[in-house]
Amino acid sequence: MTAAVYAARKNLNTLLISYDIGGQVLWTAGIENYMGYQFIEGLELMKKFEEQVKQFPLDVKTGERVSSLSQTDGGLEARTEKGESYTARAAIIATGKRPRQLNVPGEEKLKGRGVTYCAICDGPLFASENVAVIGGGNSALEAAEDMVKIAEHIYLVSLTPLTGDQILIDKVKAASNLTMFLEHDVVGIKGEDRVDGIKIRDLKSKEEKELDVGGVFIEIGLIPNSEPFKGIVRLNRRWGNRNKLCQ
Amino acid sequence: MVSEVKIYTTTTCPYCKMAKKFFDDNGIKYQEFNIVEDKAAREEMKNKYDSLTVPTIFFDGEVMIGFDEAELREKLGL
Repeated sequence: MTAAVYAARKNLNTLLISYDIGGQVLWTAGIENYMGYQFIEGLELMKKFEEQVKQFPLDVKTGERVSSLSQTDGGLEARTEKGESYTARAAIIATGKRPRQLNVPGEEKLKGRGVTYCAICDGPLFASENVAVIGGGNSALEAAEDMVKIAEHIYLVSLTPLTGDQILIDKVKAASNLTMFLEHDVVGIKGEDRVDGIKIRDLKSKEEKELDVGGVFIEIGLIPNSEPFKGIVRLNRRWGNRNKLCQ
Repeated sequence: MVSEVKIYTTTTCPYCKMAKKFFDDNGIKYQEFNIVEDKAAREEMKNKYDSLTVPTIFFDGEVMIGFDEAELREKLGL
């Protein structure tokens, strides 16, 4: 949206294509580090961005995802998943990221049935249950910290030693209802209609263990929405496809 | 025109706020059930709609688990 505003201010004929207006910021309940606001909700900030965008004579297409971008004689052609085609002399790619998935058996089938990527949304549904939080960074630690107050017991499972901020690590370590499994991999998520457990594996000993949990909170970072642009821009290793071991 | 809309929410869920804004912006009335405060609604969402995530949106006999604006627009003919 910022790029579109800059383009419009230069009187460039500009089209903004996006599935939604707001992207990752919409997922954030509260923002305390955007200058000019001591605190603002993500949705509220994005409403202000949208208002600012609408001040300019921009074409805005929402509800569409660009599926490919290719070179033409005169410039570029963007095709969308709905089969629409748009041409332009130049394109600015600002497609953001989406939550990384574990890609283990059971994950897809049990999404919304115990597998969740939004702890602040779904945490209260797991009151007095055992849950697993997957990840070792700030998002996972924040999810674990939230769930300590809600759930019966929390298992924190991370591929690596904890990498989040020390203040969060200290809070999580102090919780009496939390057990850590560091340098452990998630092998699968169990359950038919609802999650009833996960299988984890010690990366060193290869020993496998099953944990009885009703919820799995996956907080293992984000991946860029860069797939449609692979043919036209060079992606570095970090921005390309990687497996869950980041290889 | 859609006849009945129910949205199951939690207090801190940003997607729930997005869903409510969508219905407000489009002038569609809805009933909100905050499942943190309303245990009966929580059980209804779990058992009747087989959902363990919010928002869960019930409209015209259909259930949407999560919020997808483009899909909602298409289904509601907006």
